[in-house]
Amino acid sequence: MAEVLDVALRLVVIVIAFLTLPLIVGQTEHKAMAHMQSRLGPMYAGGFHGWAQLIADGVKFVQKEDVIPAAADRRVFALAPAVALVPYLVVMIVIPVGPGLFGADLDVGLFFVLAVLGVGVLGSIMAGWSSANKYSVLGGMRAAAQLMSYELPLVLAASSVAMAAGTLSLPGIVEAWRWWWLPWQAVGAVVFFVAGLAELRRPPFDMPIAESEIIMGPMTEYTGIRFALFMLAEYVGIVVLSALTTVLFLGGWNGPLLPGPVWTLVKIFALAFVVIWVRVSFPRLRADQLQKLAWIGLVPLALFQLALTGVVKVLAG
Amino acid sequence: MNGYFGSYAVVAVLFAIGVAIFGGALFVNRLLRPNRPTPDKLTTYECGVDPVGEGWAQSQIRYYVFTYLYVVFAVDAVFLFPWATVFAAPGFGMTTLVEMFVFLAFIALGILYAWRKRVLAWT
Repeated sequence: MAEVLDVALRLVVIVIAFLTLPLIVGQTEHKAMAHMQSRLGPMYAGGFHGWAQLIADGVKFVQKEDVIPAAADRRVFALAPAVALVPYLVVMIVIPVGPGLFGADLDVGLFFVLAVLGVGVLGSIMAGWSSANKYSVLGGMRAAAQLMSYELPLVLAASSVAMAAGTLSLPGIVEAWRWWWLPWQAVGAVVFFVAGLAELRRPPFDMPIAESEIIMGPMTEYTGIRFALFMLAEYVGIVVLSALTTVLFLGGWNGPLLPGPVWTLVKIFALAFVVIWVRVSFPRLRADQLQKLAWIGLVPLALFQLALTGVVKVLAG
Repeated sequence: MNGYFGSYAVVAVLFAIGVAIFGGALFVNRLLRPNRPTPDKLTTYECGVDPVGEGWAQSQIRYYVFTYLYVVFAVDAVFLFPWATVFAAPGFGMTTLVEMFVFLAFIALGILYAWRKRVLAWT
């Protein structure tokens, strides 16, 4: 009985994190972006600096009519937001916040994470194809090509950490982590983070949803709650990417003075801020530049990191 | 909830919760939303101009090539994971290191070939 309660409590915490952390990141994005662009951002909703803006958005979305275009493939169209959203929730189960603080410790944790994250990508492709809209098809194709290209450096950079730690379990990786992994795995960390940004289709890698040329790409035909779920998926994605980078490359709960879980959260939010910062700072990459960066930039760097990890590990250990 | 299948049972429960969140959001939406479809509202949205032709179109072959490249390399990369956990175990050392360089050489050669064939260039 106690065991079931323990598992239930862990799941409740994960669901709460799943529903609140993206809102915090979203609100931070509103405000940080606004101040970087010399604006104020939301100021009205909730009274104090517009803190309730996203809640107000949610209330609006939930009351909106559910329009499915007559030309669309109804079932696939209706299902796509779930395919984009649910994998991120499932991935959160293996992310450790502190020693012993995780949903479940899978032996193949890292492998599980990469496999399940790959499913989320299908959501965009399904949305793009089922909308029966020229812009959506273009966006879906671009999304597919981009995600394919950036999956490889992501997987290679992640496996470099698995080599260093000698385990695929995420808590195991954090326990094996030492401070000198920071310079040792630095190239892998950058490759992982950049490829992760591209997987999320965040600027400057937002070619698939480029709103000024293909009006949000796969999401063109979506309104109301389904669109809101796509947005939620994007922001959960930021949280998950930041958390994974923290766990794999920045030592997770390791840190002086403060308790472990606080360190994890600090690192996650610092990385989430970088994601927002990058969005404001860089212009959108063209499709050919995207592919070139992936295949001629990131993949060779990831291979170099693998070689470095292997040599250091065998010679030093 | 112990053992190999126990932890995956927890994963299955979380998956069910995720589906329930999606279903719940749509259900609440159904209770609160108006439903007044008109033919105009249900047409495909393309910048306000009536759509010409149908939405499903053929696309460039180069998308297919990238998919193909990905499949080739990702299948290789999958084999990295079981190897990564044991390659530094006592008794392997140099042997596995040499193996790794053979593996990296294969992938690097593949990318070099694709690059020389101008598959990676967009135009």
